[in-house]
Amino acid sequence: MTVAIKEGPEVLEAVHAAVAKHGAGVEELIPILNDVNRALGYLPAAAMAEISRQLKVPRSSLFSVATFYEMLSTTPRGRHIIQFCESAPCHVVGGRQVWQALQKAVDLQPEETSLDGKWTLLTVSCLGVCAVGPVIIIDDDIYGNVKPDQVADILAKYN
Amino acid sequence: MKTTRAMVLVYSDPLSMERGAKEVYECLEAEIKSFGLQDEISLTMVGDIGRHDAVPMVIIYPEATIYGPVRPADVHFLVEEHLYKGRIAAGLQAPLQELTGRIAWISARAGTLPAEQRIVLERAGIIDPNSIEDYILHDGYAALGTVLTTMKPAEVIAELQKSGLRGRGGAGFPTGTKWSFVAKAPGVKKYVVCNADESEPGTFKDRVVLEGDPHSVIEAMAIAAYSVGASEGYFYVRGEYSLAQERLFTAILQAREFGFLGQNIFETGFSFDIKIHSGAGAYICGEETALLESIEGRRGIPRTRPPFPTTSGLWGMPTLINNVETLANVPAIIRNGANWYRSFGSPSSPGTKVYTILGNVNVTGVIEVPMGITLREAIAIYAKGMKPGSTFKLAQTGGSSGSVIPSTLQDTPMDFDSFNKAGVSMGSGALLVCDEDTCVVDMARVLLNFFRHESCGKCNPCRIGTQRAFEILTDIANGEGDLNDLDVLADLSENLVQMSNCGLGQTAGTPLHDVLKYFRAEIEAHIRLHVCPAGVCPMKVPAGIHA
Repeated sequence: MTVAIKEGPEVLEAVHAAVAKHGAGVEELIPILNDVNRALGYLPAAAMAEISRQLKVPRSSLFSVATFYEMLSTTPRGRHIIQFCESAPCHVVGGRQVWQALQKAVDLQPEETSLDGKWTLLTVSCLGVCAVGPVIIIDDDIYGNVKPDQVADILAKYN
Repeated sequence: MKTTRAMVLVYSDPLSMERGAKEVYECLEAEIKSFGLQDEISLTMVGDIGRHDAVPMVIIYPEATIYGPVRPADVHFLVEEHLYKGRIAAGLQAPLQELTGRIAWISARAGTLPAEQRIVLERAGIIDPNSIEDYILHDGYAALGTVLTTMKPAEVIAELQKSGLRGRGGAGFPTGTKWSFVAKAPGVKKYVVCNADESEPGTFKDRVVLEGDPHSVIEAMAIAAYSVGASEGYFYVRGEYSLAQERLFTAILQAREFGFLGQNIFETGFSFDIKIHSGAGAYICGEETALLESIEGRRGIPRTRPPFPTTSGLWGMPTLINNVETLANVPAIIRNGANWYRSFGSPSSPGTKVYTILGNVNVTGVIEVPMGITLREAIAIYAKGMKPGSTFKLAQTGGSSGSVIPSTLQDTPMDFDSFNKAGVSMGSGALLVCDEDTCVVDMARVLLNFFRHESCGKCNPCRIGTQRAFEILTDIANGEGDLNDLDVLADLSENLVQMSNCGLGQTAGTPLHDVLKYFRAEIEAHIRLHVCPAGVCPMKVPAGIHA
């Protein structure tokens, strides 16, 4: 897998920016983790160590929080994150067929990252855009009313 | 307010933004200028209106002509034809479909569509959510002024109790009573928290409020803080709602600038300020005590109750937690009075309810209607009926707090008491309408998969029960079920309801209970005949071969 482990100044910068923005209080832990995760794509060990130092919170507590929330990841992810909504509203309007097409197109199981480090496939609960289900979200782009035969075209937009 | 000849609205829900609503807005601005019409025509960006089939959409008043999808390249033609020459820009109109809200109200006068009753969504889609001036022009912050300058905290709470407003998050607890608990609770500091962690599958009503009319919730928070004696407030917004967070952030800054938040509001000595706390993707954080844990920077694991948050909440202090939709009702109640509010809805559940209608119907989206209309009415009138060729089989009212409603209960008025009597729950206001192609086993499996995934793992009934129920349903869907499984499922459902620690587990049993009660024959067909009547389940063991 070619997904790089992140360490060094880039990581420290992201942590310091987040702590400066939110303050070093323990109640700001989740916003800080959110920001760092967004900046780096995931929460590298080096970032966790630095956050732990800055907030004076044990790393075990940091991991307990980071592994609980869906949007935080302690393992590296692909360049593009595909989120597929598997809740009932998308399911009953054709979500199952779209899911099969999507899984076939990227050849991944849920939570897996492709070998070339391009895709990470996630199944998620409702994303609040149910009026246009089935819904696929790639990075920050929302695709609604997806038909199985559109999946290839959507994926082709990313490199 | 400056009067203009025409009003141009550009819709800005996330999908429209993604499809280039901002570019369309900028082109409109430039084109209107290039025709020299900028003084006669107002251009505004507004929130979600509940229609998503032809975005980005542009609506031009007073004719209420709907154009969509509009691309930046179409804008020149649109402005020239409609605004300059004064005729419909041919070929750009959106497919004919009635819109909800104020727009619907305009067509209702022509006798084409029954009007909705909008209280919560009164301004969403009409005003510019990024403009506090626009909000103030539409009676904004008038209620806060009235409360702070002419009413005592107890009077506000009394008015709210009189209005009969009940919580719109799912449980339906009387809002005024909750406020009075917090007001009476002793504490050196108190908090007001707005629960905007809307994650029930199929529900996005709160997003529409926050994106379309963020100030209404801020105003309600300030009123609540004054009434219960709180000085600090939090918005807990789910992490996925980034547009809503941006809008709230802007709105809070504006409210501070105008003196509606901060020190000495309306020169009355009352001080209150609000912070936004973003979630990070955990359904359970919509449970109020898990939400508090999350704000305090921990895993979102529900606390044991009692003590209830009203006496010991955020950092052990008395805390008022209300849903977005509940709060959005408050300013209107203060402005118009409790009696006015009671004139909508039913005696047990006054007011309106915002629903999201989804599934196999012709029109999906958001509606706000008086409490007490029936499911059949909602489908026939607002969703324009079932899709051609499909027949109603069941409706699911959304996520953990909802029920599965079979066709026999279609005519139950949708309000808290009638639903209680019928043994179903209104939930958060999602109406997922399913047709005959939906298999109940598959449906229950999807719902249990959701709960299994979202269970926080604190208590055994929920952690093990949801997993076990999911496994059994998977077996049944594969044709490997056993008749004993039905008894086990019934037990699990009972245990979930009786023994779980929090609302998630307690209501995870509801869909199980409901499908066993109303659709037992269909489940038995999977087991006895190895047939999925709807043809959805994989059924690895085919008919005729007995396992």
